[in-house]
Amino acid sequence: MQSLEDIKAKIKDALPGLDCVIGWERGWSPLHGTPLFMRSPEDVDRLTWGPFNVGNPATYLTGFKGKKVGVVVKGCDSRSVVQLLQEKLVKREDVVVFGMPCEGVVDLTKVARKVGDIALVNAAVRAGGTLSVTTPEGMVEIPWEEVAADKCLSCQYPNALVSDHFAGEPLPPAMGRDPAAEQLAALEAMAPAELFAHWAKVMERCIRCYACRNACPMCVCRDHCIAQTRDPHWLTQEDSTREKLMFQMIHALHLAGRCTECGECQRSCPVDIPILALRRKLNAVVKDLFDYQAGVDPQAVPPLFTFQVEEAKINERGW
Amino acid sequence: METAKFLPESSLEAWLAELASSGELIVPRREGDAVVFGPYDPNVPLELSRDATAPPKSVVFPACEELLRYTYVKDAEDISKTGMSVEEVTPACGAVVFGARPCGARGFTVYDRVFDAEGMRDPYYAARRAATAFVTLACREAGSACFCHWVGSGPADPQGSDVLLTPVPGGYVAEAVTEKGAALLASPLMAPAGKHAGEAKAVRAKAMESLDTAQDVSPAREALLAAFDDMDFWNRMSAKCISCGACTYLCPTCYCFNITDEAQGNGGTRLRSWDNCMSFQFTLEASGHNPRPTKAHRLKNRVGHKFSYYPGIHGGVVACCGCGRCIRSCPAGVDIREIVLAAMERATAKPQE
Ligand code: SF4
Ligand code: SF4
Ligand code: SF4
Ligand code: SF4
Repeated sequence: MQSLEDIKAKIKDALPGLDCVIGWERGWSPLHGTPLFMRSPEDVDRLTWGPFNVGNPATYLTGFKGKKVGVVVKGCDSRSVVQLLQEKLVKREDVVVFGMPCEGVVDLTKVARKVGDIALVNAAVRAGGTLSVTTPEGMVEIPWEEVAADKCLSCQYPNALVSDHFAGEPLPPAMGRDPAAEQLAALEAMAPAELFAHWAKVMERCIRCYACRNACPMCVCRDHCIAQTRDPHWLTQEDSTREKLMFQMIHALHLAGRCTECGECQRSCPVDIPILALRRKLNAVVKDLFDYQAGVDPQAVPPLFTFQVEEAKINERGW
Repeated sequence: METAKFLPESSLEAWLAELASSGELIVPRREGDAVVFGPYDPNVPLELSRDATAPPKSVVFPACEELLRYTYVKDAEDISKTGMSVEEVTPACGAVVFGARPCGARGFTVYDRVFDAEGMRDPYYAARRAATAFVTLACREAGSACFCHWVGSGPADPQGSDVLLTPVPGGYVAEAVTEKGAALLASPLMAPAGKHAGEAKAVRAKAMESLDTAQDVSPAREALLAAFDDMDFWNRMSAKCISCGACTYLCPTCYCFNITDEAQGNGGTRLRSWDNCMSFQFTLEASGHNPRPTKAHRLKNRVGHKFSYYPGIHGGVVACCGCGRCIRSCPAGVDIREIVLAAMERATAKPQE
């Protein structure tokens, strides 16, 4: 792929002035891309681009405070970079952004629904509208729309929203379905008791590992998260569904108007709990009240960073 | 294999019902898109076609358990004095775990040396361990994250199991590994193994063949100690780790815990819950000092514990069953095999350090 070669050349040029450049390489299976921290030209040669570059490399940026780093981004990842810049959590002069047009990434949960145990997959190739997956039982050809991440089907920002180097022809926004919106609509149609029962049921299997939190590029308290503080001990160590759901509520509320819907929280959950819907709901509320969408405009001020006595769309005195 | 029995596929449900009628039965179930262990319920689909995401370790070592309950009591004679009444909580015991892969049960052989050894017996663990039986299912095929053969195990390893099932055409060959297991095979649903015993052998041989060439990880013990102070090495190894702890919670051989008192009004409970070395709080001292301040220090502990420190005090036994769960479920794709091999390579490259 020419654009991949172009971006590699640009990264090699920039490397001497950077601590590292974060991208992806092939992981433990043909379906798994894994973060790559490039420090030498040989590392850059391992860089991959394509449907298996699922993770969001912007997650690592705040860990490099005070250093200059490069990051290779998909369009959605660039939203996290923008939001981090807006919140002044990273400095523009400390990041070099490398972008390429993204044609979508795979949702491994959806692949597992089609082929069963993805640990047994020994080959996976995307050619245009088809993902071909080979298991010991043989090859399965799956239409791309059935295994693409939800966010990709209706992605409005396939090209990096901010970049210092961009290789390849920019792509138009995707015009497919929005399965996430459909899911949200179905949840919103539930009566409160039914909705609560739904969340209680799915959170039962949560193991309180906090992968959802640590994978999130905007969750920046990390080591000092209130879910684990010892003193004060805000949340109990109980593994009751109540405590687990409580933590999800905390995460979702702390991300209101900050979540870029990259989906890393849900993707990282080892037990596949569909927690992205909670973030989407809060984002919908923020969009409605403040006409704000996280990570799309580097100049905009996030709603939680401003205060107005009379908010235009919040009728405080009208009840 | 004279003790081997045959369970036809058509009798599986009847056998599960039989096991469930005499006590708690825990099976891998499909919940949403996940496969997790939970109580047997004929209405919840049983999932045996792939290994569960989480091993059944919580059956013996719960994610959270009450150790005791306490209440402050005012002295009726002298109200300036407060006493305390403490009530010990004894664990409810006894379960059969059906359908774990051999690695998921073998993990407990690592726990036993820590929690159930001469002179050091954890009563909560020991009681549950003694009352739990594991009916495991040998793997037909190894996945690309599996490396049980590197740590002296294999897809049909009986260590840690009470009954080992091998899938064969039309059903399962069942072998008793322990007396507890033999008792479970007394069911009238079990037929003599007959020709199926040979089929089981072939299935196992095929599974063994599906694994790559085993690496000798015994040099890791010294190699990891030699790399202890090489923070540059550990920074590189841990660069993509997000320090979440999913790897430890899903690991059948990770056993660290935290103890907290959860107060409510005039009393409370003392809980023991899973902790993990990937968490900042794990070694956070009361003074505020943390000897493992970064994810690099913490991942070093995880790998070092399994492949060096534990083998060092337990006669060379590696505290990893090679199940690959930490690899499969790591959101960042951290591969413990790569780290162990890199440490070994580093040691051969720089033998003097
Ligand atoms: S909450 Fe989830 S979707 Fe939103 S930014 Fe964080 S990881 Fe991404
Ligand atoms: S990643 Fe999943 S299992 Fe882990 S704490 Fe979050 S919701 Fe729970
Ligand atoms: S190795 Fe993976 S699963 Fe474990 S803490 Fe690091 S990122 Fe999480
Ligand atoms: S360290 Fe990883 S491979 Fe080893 S037992 Fe634990 S989860 Fe399995």
